[in-house]
Amino acid sequence: MRTTHSSNLGKYIAVFVGLAVLTGIEVAVAVVIRIDNPVLILLALAAAKAALVAMFFMHLRDDTKWFSAIFIFPMLLASLLIFWVVFPSGG
Amino acid sequence: MEHASAPTHALHAETHTGIDSRKIAIWLFLGSEVMFFSALIGAYLLTRANAAKPAEVFDIETIQLITFNTFLLIVSSLTMVLSLGFIRRGSQVGMRIALLATILLGTTFVTIQAFEYRNLFNKGLTMNGDPFIFGSTFYLLTGFHGMHVIGGVIWNFFVWLKAMRGGFTQDNNTGIELAGLYWHFVDLVWIVLFTIIYLL
Repeated sequence: MRTTHSSNLGKYIAVFVGLAVLTGIEVAVAVVIRIDNPVLILLALAAAKAALVAMFFMHLRDDTKWFSAIFIFPMLLASLLIFWVVFPSGG
Repeated sequence: MEHASAPTHALHAETHTGIDSRKIAIWLFLGSEVMFFSALIGAYLLTRANAAKPAEVFDIETIQLITFNTFLLIVSSLTMVLSLGFIRRGSQVGMRIALLATILLGTTFVTIQAFEYRNLFNKGLTMNGDPFIFGSTFYLLTGFHGMHVIGGVIWNFFVWLKAMRGGFTQDNNTGIELAGLYWHFVDLVWIVLFTIIYLL
């Protein structure tokens, strides 16, 4: 199977700008604005940034889905295990 | 010179699956790395669930410094992926400059992290001090990531050496792609660590 990657340099720069903006929002939420209970917001922002890196910089969006499966399955498994360890009674 | 019609794949030996075996190998490796980091992140979060982070240690100056360091690593991910984009467009010069920038940014990241460690030590955050478990999990997690950055810098350095000898072409650039996958993974892990350690 051939993998198809766009070599659009502009797309990479757009993703970088997105990552920088999301990082700025994260810091603003946690340090500048200091909103109450920012855990879910910060985790969602971090997840969005990680997804941008994986999808566009690591080309998971365009590559064979086997690579996505290899990468995402242990991530889901680990997330479940971490949740179980930190919240043994189910939260 | 760059031109518009870039090839959309790199050459590789025929396999039964049709997928480059080297790419399968690096993705399996990264999958195992996910589990490795998850174990350390789990230990850190368990510590945090039972004891508060020493707020006086992670003051605003520390957060500013680490935010800047995070930005450096994001920029390095951009330069890494640009190096691949450049060579796929046939630009040897662009690829070499972008790879060198990635190496320099990674080296700067590790240097700043070492500087941060010294500051934290001076503030009393040690591996066997108070709070004992927090310092242990913090240094283990960030140090393990730092070792990965150092490994990535060394890998990228050898890729850059090969690039300087003309070892990559528009049709043969899997070596850059593999090093890039590892480097982006290191960046991805730091994105998570930055949030759970410094912002939460």
